[in-house]
Amino acid sequence: MSTSTLDGVGHGASGTNYLNAKKGLMSWLFTIDHKRIGVMYLATVLTFFLAGGLFALAIRTELATPAGDIFSAAVYNKLFTLHGAIMVFLVLVPAIPATLGNFLLPLQLGTIDVAFPKLNLLSFHIYVFGSLFLLYTLVTGGVDTGWTFYTPYSSSSADGNVVAALTGAFILGFSSILTGLNFIVTVHKMRAPGVTWLRMPLFVWAIYATSVIQVLATPVIAITLFLLIFEKIVGIGIFDPALGGDPVLFQHFFWFYSHPVVYVMVLPAFGVMSETITVHSRKHIFGYTAIAASSVAIAAVGFIIWGHHMFVSGQSELSGTVFSLLTFAVAIPTAIKLCSWIATLYKGSIQWNTPMLYSLGFLWIFAIGGLTGLFLATLATDVHLHDTYFVVAHFHYVMMGGVLFALVAGMHHWWPKITGKMYNDTIGRVTFVLSFIGYNLTFFPQFVAGSQGMPRRYHQYLPEFEMWNQLSTLGSYLFGLSLFIILGYLLQSLFSGKAAPRNPWGAASLEWRTQSPPVEHNFEGDVVCTYGPYDYEAHRALKS
Amino acid sequence: MSMLLPLLAAGVARADGGQFWMPKAASTYAQQVDDVFYFIYFTDAAFFVVLMAAMIIMAVKYKRRSEDDTTPVIKGNHTLELVWSVFPTFLLVAMFWLGFRGWINMSVPPADSMEIRVIGQKWNWTYQYPAASVNGQELPGFEVAGADEACMQRIGDPTRDIECNAPIVVPAGKPVKLVMNSRDVLHSFFIPDFRAKKDVVPGRYTQLWFEAPEPGEHNVFCTEYCGDRHGYMYSKVKVLPQAEFDAWITEQREKAKASGALTGAALGEQLFASKGCAGCHKLDGSRLVGPPLNAKFGTQENLEGGATVTIDEGYLRESILVPGAKVVAGYPPSMPPYQGQLNDAQVEGLVEYIKSLK
Repeated sequence: MSTSTLDGVGHGASGTNYLNAKKGLMSWLFTIDHKRIGVMYLATVLTFFLAGGLFALAIRTELATPAGDIFSAAVYNKLFTLHGAIMVFLVLVPAIPATLGNFLLPLQLGTIDVAFPKLNLLSFHIYVFGSLFLLYTLVTGGVDTGWTFYTPYSSSSADGNVVAALTGAFILGFSSILTGLNFIVTVHKMRAPGVTWLRMPLFVWAIYATSVIQVLATPVIAITLFLLIFEKIVGIGIFDPALGGDPVLFQHFFWFYSHPVVYVMVLPAFGVMSETITVHSRKHIFGYTAIAASSVAIAAVGFIIWGHHMFVSGQSELSGTVFSLLTFAVAIPTAIKLCSWIATLYKGSIQWNTPMLYSLGFLWIFAIGGLTGLFLATLATDVHLHDTYFVVAHFHYVMMGGVLFALVAGMHHWWPKITGKMYNDTIGRVTFVLSFIGYNLTFFPQFVAGSQGMPRRYHQYLPEFEMWNQLSTLGSYLFGLSLFIILGYLLQSLFSGKAAPRNPWGAASLEWRTQSPPVEHNFEGDVVCTYGPYDYEAHRALKS
Repeated sequence: MSMLLPLLAAGVARADGGQFWMPKAASTYAQQVDDVFYFIYFTDAAFFVVLMAAMIIMAVKYKRRSEDDTTPVIKGNHTLELVWSVFPTFLLVAMFWLGFRGWINMSVPPADSMEIRVIGQKWNWTYQYPAASVNGQELPGFEVAGADEACMQRIGDPTRDIECNAPIVVPAGKPVKLVMNSRDVLHSFFIPDFRAKKDVVPGRYTQLWFEAPEPGEHNVFCTEYCGDRHGYMYSKVKVLPQAEFDAWITEQREKAKASGALTGAALGEQLFASKGCAGCHKLDGSRLVGPPLNAKFGTQENLEGGATVTIDEGYLRESILVPGAKVVAGYPPSMPPYQGQLNDAQVEGLVEYIKSLK
């Protein structure tokens, strides 16, 4: 490799970097630099996360007491619809791939940008354009269909905002498809010399598997939403039985996308884990091939298990049986990943810093999320638990806990690289304890409320569920507070944080070989990769 | 720790007969569902404790001592990887199998089940009981629906709707089959104490069965989001001893007879005459323009084009609304569609009437 500076040597403060190379708002809004696009996504996604999170706190406040006394039922229904729609379409889907993925993919591959930089910018612009539709519905009174848009409730609703929300989700899909396409080509065609398939960081493998799902599944939801818009405007009966349609067909179409999309959210989170756990244990990943292959296996199996959302929908007993059996197949690659990460810790040199604590927190949360999924894959127990708070708790543990803890771990891990600043790790660790307790206090009681029978999407509930809801509400305030603290000290680091070295954690993957923050074209010279991303032996040998 | 507490509490019974995780088990298959639940629960708990203990012990034991720590290169271990791939597979297959067996029991109503029609409508449940011949006297069916007006004055009380809405009344110790459909959007009929749940769908019929061995009262929740008052769409199942139930249902039938209100099959019979159905369909097994309708329910019929169909509620409904969709072999597709001509209650009535024809 021709770049001679490695760990700790010089942090590029003398020269320019991607943040200060060009100035002005336009230089950001119309940039084709993947790093700037990643940063813009991060800012936008976090803004929407704030909105979605405030809706969540409003929901928890209503549910602090059994009576529906703070918001009217109609307002409450809009709150959970907007919470779900914003969190799924605007936050969780792009949360890691479009932010950290955009920033890191070319850097980890040792190249100057993604394959199609202008297409990448277009993805961002489409994302913003699509989000305007959801914002429009927000300011003009919201929608109350639930983020799932189940027919015939959505198709028969006279509320014009439903069409606007559907159009927004439809447009957002294109952003997702184009990003996926871009990343697939980048991985195939843009790898630096020496970056073989088996020398790609596992984060890249995860993003690659995610991109395949995005390209294959998103068109299905786009067509589905289009058909629903078409039904609402033109009145052709596809899903609405009053027009001769079939409402259960909508559920099949919807989950054919919306189940794989869970893996669009969570595979990148897995990718972050494979990086943070290895670097902060200074250990080669345990079972590289198994983890890479399991990402691809999860992506593939994820396409044929959508029917487990529909065991009580009226689909045939035979379909239910087949979908249950297939669903168990996805548990194996997930278990392999979890076991491999924990095995990586063995005889490591484990740093108890903020990114590592969030990574260990992720393992705890994802273990609960994954293991509780088994109750829902099993036919007899799912009948009882379906559409109760047990399901709400399960998917928050998987989607929200999993993705958010991984995103926060990843943000702390790559913050020095992205911003060139170090944050206060002590506050970070204290906040981790707060957020971990807050998170589990919010969602664990919901498992009990759910298995006791409390249905989801209830504006009021029976007094027998009160204790579990109050614990949950208390936890949500604690968790919300901890997220604000994270935001606070990260922003503060931008102004008064110490300058970050090139490689503060002693990592072996390529993104740490350039200065922090990187120069506009990523690396100061050509990159040649001579060892794998987890080969700390070779890395040390080269350094000394 | 958060996992340990519920672990200990898993089997502790509450005063109301429920446990920490599950409400009381009040149907014949509830215990089987709970057994599957606890099999998964203890398997999960064992895995969780082992994985998290390993994680925490190693995080403590191998905490970084100095910046110059070196670590061994361990890239994997095929035996270990094989073990944690294959061993859980057996447990997963066991979970699937137990869940499947339980589900089959929950899905197949016994042949001698008593049938009650359940109709979901924003935001209430309607229950239709069939007509019967009691002591040689023909008594009509009747409907249970609505809420007690005086009771509904308890504004703001979260227990109001579950206590005021009309309950579905069933006999103890006898299997009951609910044949359900919706008149507007999706609903779902959920009885936690019975571990029973099924979506209630417009335009098609779904079924749910249970047998409650003991008399008692159990909550019914709507578990499919259906709009503004979804969180208020409650009912109860009131399980009566057989003798009390018999007295109740006879009293209701006699009231219905006295009031002369037509519901279910009786409404269908009246429509069958007034809409001119008899002009094409005979009820004595002989052919007219269309096929005869008596003694057809539950049988197989051959269709034009070679397919066969089982005549169930869904097929009858479709054949009234869109007769051309599945035409019986050997008959002309000449019946006019009634989509938009009949309301849901009328279609339901006709279906019930045809079901009752012997």
